[in-house]
Amino acid sequence: MSYNARFRVWRGDDTDGELEDFSVEVKEGEVILDIIHRLQATQTPDLAVRWNCKAGKCGSCSAEVNGRPRLMCMTRMSTYTEDEVITVTPLRAFPVIKDLVTDVSFNYQKAREVPAFAPPAELAPGEYRMQQIDVERSQEFRKCIECFLCQDTCHVVRDHEENKESFAGPRFFIRLAELDMHPLDTKDRKREAQATHGLGMCNITKCCTEVCPEHIKITDNAIIPMKERVVDTQYDPLVWLGSKIPRRSAMAASKSLAAGDTETAEARARERLRDKPSDAAALRTLAEALRAQGRFGDASKVTRTQLEHAGRGRVARMEAASAHAWTLLCAVEDGEVELEKAEDEIATTLQLAQRLASTGTVLAGTHALHNLMHGRLAEAVEHAREAIIWDRDRSTRADDLVTLAEALAGLGESDESASAMSEALQLWPDNPRLTGVRANLEDMNVPTA
Amino acid sequence: MTEIQRHRFDVVVIGAGGAGLRAAIEARLQGKRTAIVCKSLFGKAHTVMAEGGAAAAMGNVNSKDNWQVHFRDTMRGGKFMNHWRMAELHAKEAPDRVWELETYGALFDRTKDGKISQRNFGGHEYPRLAHVGDRTGLEMIRTLQQKIVSLQQEDQREHGDAEALVKVFAETTITALLKDDATGGSGRISGAVGYTRENGTFVVFEAPAVVLATGGIGKSFKVTSNSWEYTGDGHALAMKAGATLLNMEFVQFHPTGMVWPPSVKGILVTESVRGDGGVLKNSEGKRFMFEYVPAVFRKQYAETEQEADAWYDDQANNRRPPELLPRDEVARAINSEVKAGRGSPAGGVFLDIASRLPAEAIRKKLPSMYHQFKELADVDITAEPMEVGPTCHYVMGGVEVDPDTAAATVPGLFAAGECSGGMHGSNRLGGNSLSDLLVFGRRAGLSAAEYVDALGSARPTVTDADVEDARTQAEAPFAGTGGENPYAIHADLQQMMHDLVGIIRTKDEVERALAGLEELKARAAKISVPGDKVFNPGWHLSLDLPNMLIVSECIARSALIREESRGGHTRDDYPTMSPEWRKVNLVCRPDGAGVEVTQQPLPVMPPELLSLFDREELSKYMTDDELAILPEEKA
Repeated sequence: MSYNARFRVWRGDDTDGELEDFSVEVKEGEVILDIIHRLQATQTPDLAVRWNCKAGKCGSCSAEVNGRPRLMCMTRMSTYTEDEVITVTPLRAFPVIKDLVTDVSFNYQKAREVPAFAPPAELAPGEYRMQQIDVERSQEFRKCIECFLCQDTCHVVRDHEENKESFAGPRFFIRLAELDMHPLDTKDRKREAQATHGLGMCNITKCCTEVCPEHIKITDNAIIPMKERVVDTQYDPLVWLGSKIPRRSAMAASKSLAAGDTETAEARARERLRDKPSDAAALRTLAEALRAQGRFGDASKVTRTQLEHAGRGRVARMEAASAHAWTLLCAVEDGEVELEKAEDEIATTLQLAQRLASTGTVLAGTHALHNLMHGRLAEAVEHAREAIIWDRDRSTRADDLVTLAEALAGLGESDESASAMSEALQLWPDNPRLTGVRANLEDMNVPTA
Repeated sequence: MTEIQRHRFDVVVIGAGGAGLRAAIEARLQGKRTAIVCKSLFGKAHTVMAEGGAAAAMGNVNSKDNWQVHFRDTMRGGKFMNHWRMAELHAKEAPDRVWELETYGALFDRTKDGKISQRNFGGHEYPRLAHVGDRTGLEMIRTLQQKIVSLQQEDQREHGDAEALVKVFAETTITALLKDDATGGSGRISGAVGYTRENGTFVVFEAPAVVLATGGIGKSFKVTSNSWEYTGDGHALAMKAGATLLNMEFVQFHPTGMVWPPSVKGILVTESVRGDGGVLKNSEGKRFMFEYVPAVFRKQYAETEQEADAWYDDQANNRRPPELLPRDEVARAINSEVKAGRGSPAGGVFLDIASRLPAEAIRKKLPSMYHQFKELADVDITAEPMEVGPTCHYVMGGVEVDPDTAAATVPGLFAAGECSGGMHGSNRLGGNSLSDLLVFGRRAGLSAAEYVDALGSARPTVTDADVEDARTQAEAPFAGTGGENPYAIHADLQQMMHDLVGIIRTKDEVERALAGLEELKARAAKISVPGDKVFNPGWHLSLDLPNMLIVSECIARSALIREESRGGHTRDDYPTMSPEWRKVNLVCRPDGAGVEVTQQPLPVMPPELLSLFDREELSKYMTDDELAILPEEKA
């Protein structure tokens, strides 16, 4: 069952080196690292390679196989044909120490620049209380085995040594996101990410996600949400809303206000718009205030203007498109706007937002509501569930639970529907969508008390 | 003349797994200048491989759990050969050590009321393992690593230098411990010498206290779940420095390692597969574990498949499936089936979860096992059975230490974690390793700091001659050409230990192994390696090999002497447990170029701890004389 494979392995140090050709035996079921070990044992005992667990858990044996960043222990020989020449080279983004071993100290330096977890001082050990749903998002990022393949493949530093100083790289963006999403962390990580760690230099080509052996959705679940939240905190005048503004923040902000505050907010925004009708921040505040009062039809006019004036910035446009699609859908749900009339605009807007977001998760809640409005209940359930996994703030989560409850009720899943609804009510009792939705659910015999 | 780097520290911690990092954190918290020296990159130590969890009687899932119950389970698991005081400290302190990790940023899975969730595991009476899915070890090492970084950030603010108090020397291997005998001292530790892989430079650490936290010895065996680092360095360093090793014959073979493809042979298949319903079958399709329930466990285990299957849904009214017997029992059973010719094509047995659970449930409950088999073996475990067999997993034996201070018998030397002995007796329970690392890692760091304080300014010093000796020895493999190939010697050692000192041992086989070890030692003395000292794996292996050889000799010599079968030591010619042998610790110390093993009494458990067990149970393990001190059983 064995054959001889042709290997080209990079030999050399930081000053000089070349690809050396080998013919080496390959047995059934082996991986690249086995072949490198066979070379060491039989042909070249001083061939340098880093490895530890040989089970894809420690992230030591990173290298490039035929130009692709990979863990050598998880790359099976059977993925290549027997006559293929296999080229193994060290990680390109880091200086070579010898052969396949590179100097990855850059990463340890960057690790030291991320301020440590900062729990509330008054909380004693053993008194930490967190819900599973709230720790799961950070847990995804803590799956990271620090193989640094994402750092290696990231084109911001791969061919640009000069960017290294100001750019922490995907591994540390997920570290920042992990801390940001940690239920008990007290520091502002978003501003930090942008100001100190070069988050803005990432243009979300998703190369990091593609090479991650742990299948962490680095771009979708860490970088994009961080970027969107960074934008919120940097441009949002409503600083009084607090620092932890979530991704659908424009909505979440107003939702968290008491009724009196929404009217004040509306008045303040209209005042500002008199001076400058295209003021993005004021438009956003106004739309929020109107939505919070359940005036979705009025709000959709404002979000339309907001989208027209959103400019060319990707994130700002995506934010505006997302808000507009959502608002229109709420108006349809509430009966203020007819679906047939609004559908073209909803579809186009949602498409635009999706294209700009380049992610499946950020708009999942909006897709869920869209499907629900069209009576595509199973799709609505699927999207809503996906959204809930990633919802950060109470009100967004509550909204997606409401959508889920409606869709489940339509499918005849009364018990599950009622439980989703009860959680939604608990999270946000003043949700303006509830008036209409409750009536619907009670028609379908789902208790909503 | 090779350049030699010199450093001065208060405490040098060798090893950067769970025990080493926890020790270093403690030494730094005590204000000591601390070096962490590790063979791999920072954060890659073998602790990352731990899957199940950390056992700690927090009582989050079942409030009846407490330290006494945990202590009892640990002693039973170790077949009463544990040092009682270590098992006691471990059970008492584990919850605090786990809670502490949360303050460092660890994110364990949660219960409904927001506390740390705890899972069931073999040998633990209540759900007790704090966990994160099946990657608890990774969470632990990352958390401790990040705590070190946070301490360095504090030091940066305080002293303007992140490495003012804690410095990590990654990819640095210690080859010798130094003592102050030459300068007229009393044989205290004075430092350590090693080399850095990146450039081959020698490094000398002048330090009065050294903490060994080097892990295990699995790389002496052919089939192992252990990584390349597990060459018994701490065990060997301690021996060479004149410290003693305890009960080295106890080696745990995990029953389920992968057996196919050959390149991944030994990689662990977590116990949770069986916990979630997986069953073991032989080539005839028979669920054979029912044939292998020993008398001492017969009461607790099901006798029919029907009863065993009912247990998964109703644990109160049914007995456990025999697949969930302790690790040593299951490993022996698999071994017997294979020897009887009823094994799988690749020489294991079948572990079947595919016919037991829906595909979706398997993917959800065992995500990393699903991926491991899919990616490494191209086997879809939701559709076909896995092939598994025993794999060398853990060594219970290790450096003899004082339970409270983790101090070895050489002043200034401390040991914690897998490289220390006594805590787990003859067999370790799953989940007790991660908690062991934390409890005794902290104690070792604390004691090392206290020892340094007590020394005051009267510190032992390192002489140039010591350093020169260590350097000459380390450079020896470069001296000639055309000598022995270290890779070949290593392969021969692994094969021999596998064949002759593996799961089942006999006098004759172990004696042959001892003779074989002499030959291997002679060959190892004639190793030559090409290339220079910069990141040269052949050279590195040449320096690890003597450690593996001395540890293998300890295992074989002790295995020959202990004429009984207990936990991780099974003698075919002495198949039962002997209460007389239970009272005996086997202690290894260096003897010329070899190893001398002496017998020493096992410390006696005090009455208040003995009274946690009932007399009937103790009578299975202890002699009548030992039981005489107990009060008469009340009728």
